[in-house]
Amino acid sequence: MPEWLWIFIKVFIVVNVLMLHVAYVVYFERKVIGHMQARLGPMRVGWHGLLQPIADGIKLFFKEDIIPSNADKPIFYIAPIIGLLAAIGSLAVIPMWEGFSIADINIGILYILALSSVGSYSVILAGWASNSKYSFLGGLRSSAQVISYEIAMGLSLVGVMMMAGSANLSDIVRAQSEQWFLLPQIVAFFVFLMAALAETNRAPFDLPEAETELVAGYATEYSGIRFGLFFMAEYAGMFVMSALAVICFLGGWSGPDFWIFARVPGIVWFLLKVYAFIFFYFWVRATLPRYRYDQLMGLGWKLFIPLALANIIFTGLIKLL
Amino acid sequence: MTAPQWFFAYFAGMITLLSVVMITRRNPVHGVLWMLVLFVHIAGLYLFLNAEFLAAIQIIVYAGAILVLFLFVIMLLNLKKELTVRKVQKHWVLGAAIGVIFALFVVTVVAGITVLPPLGEYSIEAIRSEGSIMTLGKVMYTKYLLPFEIASLVLLVAIVGAVVLAKKRI
Repeated sequence: MPEWLWIFIKVFIVVNVLMLHVAYVVYFERKVIGHMQARLGPMRVGWHGLLQPIADGIKLFFKEDIIPSNADKPIFYIAPIIGLLAAIGSLAVIPMWEGFSIADINIGILYILALSSVGSYSVILAGWASNSKYSFLGGLRSSAQVISYEIAMGLSLVGVMMMAGSANLSDIVRAQSEQWFLLPQIVAFFVFLMAALAETNRAPFDLPEAETELVAGYATEYSGIRFGLFFMAEYAGMFVMSALAVICFLGGWSGPDFWIFARVPGIVWFLLKVYAFIFFYFWVRATLPRYRYDQLMGLGWKLFIPLALANIIFTGLIKLL
Repeated sequence: MTAPQWFFAYFAGMITLLSVVMITRRNPVHGVLWMLVLFVHIAGLYLFLNAEFLAAIQIIVYAGAILVLFLFVIMLLNLKKELTVRKVQKHWVLGAAIGVIFALFVVTVVAGITVLPPLGEYSIEAIRSEGSIMTLGKVMYTKYLLPFEIASLVLLVAIVGAVVLAKKRI
């Protein structure tokens, strides 16, 4: 089998598995938050609402695609696509188990950071191109938020790169074979988690969307499948950020190696850890109210960035001694 | 032409074409978007030159941070008048003439170089053996430490200056 065909098959499998995850992550979010609020969540479509994501997908797909008459059409069209492409593209470097990643490149972490910064264009451009005040405010908020939290996220991962001595994601996982980076990099872990919430525009940092003040923020004017693309991009982004957290702090695909646990394949451990992070996203959303905008900026610049910088200095000192 | 030459020709050609497209857009936001495509092509050229770290930084810093700031500022300005102004002014003949002369000048100088300088110690193999991030870091923090620190000081001065200008009373 030629190599390009093998890569093509890998891409096909990974993208499809991701899309299935995206659909059912939405379902689990509704279920989890429902139960946290003493509701049942979706129950009507299929057994305990299990077919709900499929019904939602079909509905979104066949809805009318409305474009505001004063919108900047080309940009309005491509904005959601940029977001989804950036989120899916990030998956190319994520090692799911020993030796499996579509592209095992030396700058894996930087590649993901680069794509997540490109992904932020989708929100900014959608806000601008819709030619509506609510969308525009959402877009502006997103641009300032993403720039601030990207710095904190990049700096928090520097500590991990220093510990592993590499920016290659597979090497980072292998460097954690004795001890996970969770404890030595606990500060970086905290900063990364918060920055990941802000990067994916999730509660309590979902100010670009802020449905109580901005209708739906940047997505106000979108309908049908284009709105669906934004939705998919957000959840795919959550999956990528959770996977990055698992790889950088929780030892990636490694699991306990005693008794029957040693026989369990790496992908199971990897996905279990990713699901734990995704559950954390839901948990935070159901628990914390939304931050005010100046609080968000203050938190980013005055707490997370100094914390990440201090972490780099301490990591460097400990490595040196 | 061989495959690498085709590759280079595509990127060089697209970079030139996209710069022209970028400066001729009437709407500044469209201009910024074409610039984004341009930056991605420049990053592609870096990758082609085995500078993977520079390619990633090109996207993170230029496309991800600086261009977003450009967009932010352009969106906040009221540019309704800008959309109606003609981009090409009446001096375009003079401008084009200067441009052509400059291009000819560059072409003759570059074509005149026949003796290439000797290769340094950082060959592709040397960089591959320890990775481009490590090589770059070592060079920057040992050989070029002083210029590196001066550059960061210059940036710090600019930041302080901007804060002072924007906030008269601190």
